[in-house]
Amino acid sequence: MSRRYSIWSLARNALSHHENWQKAWRSPEPQPEYDAIVIGGGGHGLATAYYLAKNHGYRRVAVLERGWIGGGNTGRNTTIVRSNYLLDGNAPFYEHSLKLWEGLSEDLNYNVMFSQRKVVNTCHTVGERETTMRRYNSMRLRGIDAEFLSREDLAKLEPSMNLSRDIRHPVLCGLSQPRGGTARHDAVAWGFARAADSLGVDIIQNCEVTGIDREGGKVVGVQTSRGAIKAGKIGIAVAGHSTQVAEMAGVRLPIETHLLQAFVSEPVKPFLNTVVSTGALHFYISQTDKGEVLLGGGLDGHNSFSQRGSLPAVEEVVTAATELFPTIGRLHFMRQWAGVMDMTMDGSPIIGKLPVDGLYMSGGWCYGGFKATPGSGWCLAYTMANDRPHAVNAELTLERFRTGHAIDEKGAGPYPKAH
Amino acid sequence: MLIPCPWCGPRPEDEFTFGEDASAVPPADPASLSDQEWTDYLYFRDNPKGDHKEFWFHRASCHHWFILERNTVTHVIAASYPPGGPVTEVEQ
Repeated sequence: MSRRYSIWSLARNALSHHENWQKAWRSPEPQPEYDAIVIGGGGHGLATAYYLAKNHGYRRVAVLERGWIGGGNTGRNTTIVRSNYLLDGNAPFYEHSLKLWEGLSEDLNYNVMFSQRKVVNTCHTVGERETTMRRYNSMRLRGIDAEFLSREDLAKLEPSMNLSRDIRHPVLCGLSQPRGGTARHDAVAWGFARAADSLGVDIIQNCEVTGIDREGGKVVGVQTSRGAIKAGKIGIAVAGHSTQVAEMAGVRLPIETHLLQAFVSEPVKPFLNTVVSTGALHFYISQTDKGEVLLGGGLDGHNSFSQRGSLPAVEEVVTAATELFPTIGRLHFMRQWAGVMDMTMDGSPIIGKLPVDGLYMSGGWCYGGFKATPGSGWCLAYTMANDRPHAVNAELTLERFRTGHAIDEKGAGPYPKAH
Repeated sequence: MLIPCPWCGPRPEDEFTFGEDASAVPPADPASLSDQEWTDYLYFRDNPKGDHKEFWFHRASCHHWFILERNTVTHVIAASYPPGGPVTEVEQ
């Protein structure tokens, strides 16, 4: 059981020159058998294990991670948290997740640096304004916070935004979700890991799952690089590689893997107040607590597991960025990276049972998995513990593709690269 | 990526638009398919981490569709040819 972090623990450890801090989690050897195994030690997998232990009383849970925790897409994302969704299957889930974010630092006793600085979407065409108004109405009807922003509102909110009429895609108006914002991605992984570990969860790193054992249509355990481990319930939380892990149990998914790039600049003084994104220009921007300007855009556009981005996508993002925020034109960019995205055929995630007894997954996160981290873990844990989904994730099933209940937020059809 | 168009030769990636997985072949007689078969065609994919056969469109030049065999990890291109045409391997 780890000691709680508090001002007293800080003072106590200051007296010993901060040399006696306890390790945040143990590094146990894998046991031969667990009640539940979670494959994937990213934010989602660690959150699943935490909620299995905390909400459902599971005491023998293992998280199996191929590399190190938080080293996959959790460490490659742009940390945006929001719940500004339109459709029934999505909006209640993301709002549930946002509510978990609002209490997460206290719940985990770990500062995840959740900063509700507003998420702003700009509109550049009349058509986009109409669909954004529709989304605004949907959000308000569900009790989710939203504000419609005029050009004057935008000028006050983001003084450095180019609101000139003489640019290629002039800004008409915007939509804000004031409760949206950012969080610190590493802290989210480490906070869930520490809290799960203190409830007895074994976090086993450098342990690659190589096979899923089944007997009579039911899972009985996994083969790993550190030996066989038995468990009657297995959850998969490996977005980016969901296809490959589900395949180990003979399950085929409606998913393709695509690349999404992001970039950070050298740190500068604070000048961006919110997270700004634009669908029309395929671009979003925020400023980190360290002062770095963080940019991202649309997918590279072709199936890839390479974790390296290609140049056309860089050009698209930089074109949009310098049009909307000309001041960043002279910044130096320090890092560029690409994450591998589970892109589903309708652009919405899958949290639920798979067609093998005892096997569950949370995946298909497209490029929006970070904000879902607590909600995804909460729902996957519920679904694993009760062998049925909670009302919040009841529509995010794999079966929806067979029954014709796809949740196509963007209305783009069955083209993963288009969502 | 430098993509070899079967008609125009090697051209930079941003002249092209990716189509989709070319192994999902449209069924000849959709009306005869069961719901299961139709759903498999419409939504379910192999999503290989490795060799992938895919449609590309040469948007900025000849406006032809063609098939590319590309590795999804290394992006090495093994072949490029017109749909239904003879397979042309690409020299590395």
